[in-house]
This record gives sequence, C-alpha cells and structure tokens, in this order.
Amino acid sequence: LEPLTYQADNNNAKLILTPETKVTTHNNFYEFGAQKHQPAELSQGFQVNPWQLTISGECDKPITLDYDDLTTMFTLEERIYRLRCVEAWSMVVPWIGFSLADLLRKVSPNSNAKYVRFESLHDPEQMPGQQNRRLGGGINYPYVEGLRLDEAMNPLTLMSVGLYGKTLPPQNGAPIRLVVPWKYGFKSIKSIVSIKLVSQPPKTTWQQLAPQEYGFYANVNPEHDHPRWSQASERRITTGGLFSRNRIETLPFNGYGEQVAHLYKGMNLRKNY
Amino acid sequence: MKISIKQKVLLLKLLIHISAFLPLAYLYYQALNDQLGADPVQRVIHFTGIGAFNLLLLTLTVSPLAKYFKRGYLLQVRRLLGLYTFFYALFHVLNFLAFDLQFAWGLFIGEVVKRPYISIGMVAFLLLSALAITSLNSIKRKMGRSWQSLHNFSYLILTLIAVHFYWSVKSEILVPLFYGLLSFIILLFRYKKLQQLFMRLFS
Repeated sequence: LEPLTYQADNNNAKLILTPETKVTTHNNFYEFGAQKHQPAELSQGFQVNPWQLTISGECDKPITLDYDDLTTMFTLEERIYRLRCVEAWSMVVPWIGFSLADLLRKVSPNSNAKYVRFESLHDPEQMPGQQNRRLGGGINYPYVEGLRLDEAMNPLTLMSVGLYGKTLPPQNGAPIRLVVPWKYGFKSIKSIVSIKLVSQPPKTTWQQLAPQEYGFYANVNPEHDHPRWSQASERRITTGGLFSRNRIETLPFNGYGEQVAHLYKGMNLRKNY
Repeated sequence: MKISIKQKVLLLKLLIHISAFLPLAYLYYQALNDQLGADPVQRVIHFTGIGAFNLLLLTLTVSPLAKYFKRGYLLQVRRLLGLYTFFYALFHVLNFLAFDLQFAWGLFIGEVVKRPYISIGMVAFLLLSALAITSLNSIKRKMGRSWQSLHNFSYLILTLIAVHFYWSVKSEILVPLFYGLLSFIILLFRYKKLQQLFMRLFS
C-alpha cells in the first residue's frame, strides 16, 4: 500500500472512526470468500497494477484509465462517511478519492445516458470466489451494480482509491471502488473495470439473485425492513469487545437526507426499495 | 490392562466435556478481549449456532452407532451430548439478545415474530429446553412412558434447525445444504420409528 496525498475532511472530523484493522478485516467481497474474514486472507496476492478502467457507453468521449491515472487524474480528497451494511452493522471509514461526477463530466454523457452500470473485475484465476461456488456464495459473476445518472452525479458519490491515508487494500476493493454513503454497502461495488452510461436500469447482482430482498435503489431506510433483518437500528463497529453498547438508530438515507432526499421526491420508497 | 465399561464411559464423558466446554470458554475469552475479528458479536452467534447443530447431530448419531457396533454403553453419554446441545443453543439465543440486540426486548420479540427463520429457531429452542429440563432423572422417572414421546421431538428439532440454518443465509447455501443432508441421513436411520409416529399422528 502506498501513501496518498489528499485534502483532509474537516467537516466530518467529529465522527468516531472504525479502527483501520477492523475496516480491513471485516469485508463482504464474495470474490474472495463469503465469510467476512476471508477477503483479507485470500486477496493478498491480488494484482492491481496494471489496471484498466473503461468509461464508455452513451457518451461523447469514452476513455480508459490506467493504474496511475486513478490517483493522479484528479485532486484526491478525504471523505469520512458512514457505511451501513444491509446486514444491520455499520462503520465509519475515512475514504480517499474523487467525485464520480468529475469523472463522468470528462466523458460528456449524451442525452440517452439515464443510468450508470458498474462492473467488477472477472478473473477467476485471481478471485477464488469466482471459481469456487462455496467460497463465492453462489452469486453470478462479474458483480454488477447501477445508479441513476442523477445519483451518480450527486457530489456525495465517491470513487475511492484509498482509505486511512493509503491506497486501498485488495479486500476493500483495490484499486478503485464506488462509495455511495446513503445506500446499503452492497451498492458500493469494488475493483471496478467498467463504467458504462446506459439508457435502461442495469440488472444488478443482488437484485437478480433475490429481487424480493434487494431492490435497485437500496437506499438506507429504517422504515422498510429486509425480510431477514430489521433495518430500524444497527450496530456500529468501533473498538471494544462483546460488551460494547454500540446499537444505534438507523437514519433515513443513512443520515444524508439533506443532500439526497430531493432525488426521490414523489417516489414511493417502500416500493422502490 | 483392560478398562471396564464404567471407565470407558467416564473417559468418553471427560472427552466430551473437554471438547465442548473449552472451545466455548476460549471463544468468550477472545470475544471479551476484542480478539475475535472486527465483529465479535457475529462470530459468537455463528459459532454457538453451528456448535449446537454439530452437537445435536452427534447426539442423534449415538444410538445408531451403539446398535451397529453393539456398544450399548455408548447410550450413557447421550444425555451429556444433548445437554451440551442445549447449552450451545442457549448461548446462541443469549448472544442474539444480549450482544446483537443489546436487550432491546421490543425488537427481540418483533424479530422472533416477524422473521420466519428466527421464529422456527425459537420453536426449536423451546422444545430443546423442554428436553433438557426433563433429562433430570427424578423428572424422567415421574414421566414414565410419556418421556419417550416427548423426547421424540428431537427429530422435529433437527428438522427445524436445518431449515433455520438454510433460511438464515444470504446466498451461501452450500454449507446449510450439507447440514440438511446430514440431518436427512440421521432421520433415515429412524425411518421405521418415524413412520410409526406419523401413523399414530394421522390415524
């Protein structure tokens, strides 16, 4: 991992960070094993350099970024965000990256661009979960996620290339991943190789696997329970063992309502979960 | 040197105590000291849940094993295994209530009622508690023949927790399916007995 140069996040300095060791050892990244401790163990030889990220589709100037472009093309900034998993645990992570909006503006989306489709690397040789059904949790690879264009252009939406001052560890989605802090964690797709502007909502991985459980939007919503978990509250992972009193109320849009609630005006959020 | 059956049973019981109690003690030692990964709560819940399932499978393997190898004394360790099954299940439920939900009783009751996988898990736990309590010799004697009828519920418990496990996972179904298969094999050994139970139930 290499140190990064970035502007510190002074707005959210009050939030108590989840310790770095916990951020990097508790990961849902089924490409490297479906148990939370597995990605940190099974991803250590993962090659992130060279890397190619293609931005294409309904746009005028498609581009392909190389590994070095990811950290040098834009001024990097730190963003301290809450991360809320659909399994009802949460963390606070000091991400480093740049706005997806800045990247999308570079390719000049055309008028057909309504949605953004993201795809993770598909490389069974390097990703044991993609060749072994037990490790991979039975999901279809490559992992696909999507956002509406206005969600993608929201200033909060981050392309992250690092955390805790350094480049991303493989288990956290190196070399580049998405972070959408008002949505459940599974929307924040890791190790991205393709970003495509499209006219129709992309079929996302979890939505295909269990449509009653995971919707396209996946906005954090304490009022709408997942069939297997109440979403009204969450356990914030910080320091401390078994007895830490860390259960807190879950906030609508994970506390980012002021910045994003307008995107969903007039929509029934129980139907569009 | 030849060891007597009494000594064999004693040794087996000692082995069961060591291999069931020590891992549990070590688990909580690690969890209390924050040495159990980023989320010790999830780890203790899973460990005790899987542990209870393993122990129940083992408990129900005793009698086919004793019959096949003609080692009747094996039956003398069955109660201990059953009780450890109950203790692991008890810790499983307590972990969920105390460490995951942190004694939010309203949420606990809501989850038990609303989530089918938790509901059937709770039914299995209540049945298991009944079996544990009635395993006391004094109660067993008083119950007479109804004791066996009650303890036949262990087959229902096994079925319930196999479904509980399967329903509880997001997409990684292979391990639950494997446990389901093991449970099915265990029940297959009781084919005749289960058939009779069903006949009585529906006649």
